[in-house]
Amino acid sequence: MIHLIVALTASEFWSKIFVFDRYGELVQLLSQSILAGAVLGVIGGFVGMFVMMRDHAFAVHGIAEMSFAGAALFLLLGFDVVTGSLVGSIASAILIGLLGVKRSESNSVIGALMPFGLGLGILFLSMYEGRANNKFSLLTGQIVSVDDSQLLEMIIGAVIVVAALTLVWRPLTFASLDPEVARAKGVPLRALSLLFMVILGIAVALSVQVVGSLLVLALLITPSAAALQVTSSPLKALIFSVLFAEISMVGGMLLALAGSLPISPYVTTISFIIYVLCRIVAGVRGRHSASGRGETQPQKIAA
Amino acid sequence: MNPQHPRISQASIAVHNGELSFGSRKLWSELDLTIQQGEYFAVLGPNGSGKSTFLKVVLGLTQLNSGSISVLGSPAKTGNPGVGYIPQQRPLPTNAPLRARDFVGLGIDGHKWGIRVGNKKQNAVIDQLLEAVGATEYAKVPIGLLSGGEQQRLRIAQALANDPQILLADEALLSLDLNHQYAVSDLIHRYNKEKNATVVFVTHEINPIIDHVDRVLYLANGRFTVGTVEEVMRSEVLSDLYQTQVTVIRTNGRYVVVGGDANAPLDISAGDITHPHCSDHGLGSTYAEREIRA
Repeated sequence: MIHLIVALTASEFWSKIFVFDRYGELVQLLSQSILAGAVLGVIGGFVGMFVMMRDHAFAVHGIAEMSFAGAALFLLLGFDVVTGSLVGSIASAILIGLLGVKRSESNSVIGALMPFGLGLGILFLSMYEGRANNKFSLLTGQIVSVDDSQLLEMIIGAVIVVAALTLVWRPLTFASLDPEVARAKGVPLRALSLLFMVILGIAVALSVQVVGSLLVLALLITPSAAALQVTSSPLKALIFSVLFAEISMVGGMLLALAGSLPISPYVTTISFIIYVLCRIVAGVRGRHSASGRGETQPQKIAA
Repeated sequence: MNPQHPRISQASIAVHNGELSFGSRKLWSELDLTIQQGEYFAVLGPNGSGKSTFLKVVLGLTQLNSGSISVLGSPAKTGNPGVGYIPQQRPLPTNAPLRARDFVGLGIDGHKWGIRVGNKKQNAVIDQLLEAVGATEYAKVPIGLLSGGEQQRLRIAQALANDPQILLADEALLSLDLNHQYAVSDLIHRYNKEKNATVVFVTHEINPIIDHVDRVLYLANGRFTVGTVEEVMRSEVLSDLYQTQVTVIRTNGRYVVVGGDANAPLDISAGDITHPHCSDHGLGSTYAEREIRA
């Protein structure tokens, strides 16, 4: 008897995670959303590279919370939620960029800003009297039926992000690695840092739509962190980073369609698995050569 | 200096009545100095005397409080293509997606917009630079995996990437072992001679470069003195500068500086080759204590 109940709940559990009834129709129905997810993957892969290089993981989290606050405020006021999250994240990104020029400073600025943003968001949500489902999805994400205008919005956002990052690629790399030398070379550090924060703000706001503000890190950080485990060629790192983000995002969405759970656990799990695999690859490689750099040879200096 | 070179009379760096202070603390003032093109110029002095800040002024990273400075004929500003800069050694981020050669490449075009497009001519230049500093073997190794000394050699290659007329080095030999110290200092010296480039070398340890140095700027206690090594590295000159009894001992063409007063902010290590640390213990630590108390 007990055995039967366990079996029943287990199968119920699995059917919650994976249901492939009329799967093709669902995919068709939500093809817009999947396309939007693919666009997000590109954004995540590109932006993540610099998030890693600039050590900005905490900033991503902080901006995401403020993006949530902005979205909650706009929801309460009856405006467009997407615009709200854009306003919240870009405003907070600029604030972080202006107040914390040095990394140590910016971390404390984010630490002060983030709980405030989250608190405001909770306040706005508790005042909102609409459907409860809307509230929760701001934090944990959802597969919304993305309409044409939303998809267009994301594509425009992605084009802006990728074009801007391509334009500042070299100086931003230089400034992230070796700020003092870059500045001596005439790289405008402050302007670049602010510009990057705005790009980050846009990327976070767009990602929040799908994965929710609590889980943005899975899209903007994990894929790049995984990529950097397996390569340090700049081009390969970018390609892997985008690829991993796409697999997590699109793969997660396709799996989520088959269940009745929100999309985020699928996306975060895939992205985490990729990260773990990459770490294992890096670990195995590192063990083959103690220095992690192939054959060691005695070094000579040409003097 | 290289007297037979035609460009010798050209001023490379000229400071007029320069003054620099941090808040109420004056680092130096009334500094008048002309460094000729092709000169090998050393800046010496204890910690906190404004040696590195002098370089930052030349780079345009820090502004003089008063006075003026011209670099290659125009006021000091950042982004001067005629200036190469080897910064003080600081470890590079461990997980940067950059190999040694990419890092050196930043010295060629890191300040330009866009993405680097594969370019044969540029790759050849990078190969040459890597070879010059003896870094060819680890050209494709991620910079985060390299040792401090290896990273330092890449920084030198990066600084030389654009054939600068002026090379600024801030403690470029720090964290290198003795062999590499002499190899790197040789490299900089060769660049100085072959390209008639001006070298401004900030160091607290003159011995590894002593054979190359034309003139010295010695900063201490908000005061300074300029002259050849023989003129400056003398007991009476340094005693006057530090305003306390200082003894300079010359042995085998190397200098050992011994401070008479334990409270003197003196940490120029002597760096005699056979006993590299013979005199810097007491002096270095007194200075550290002073800093903590202040």
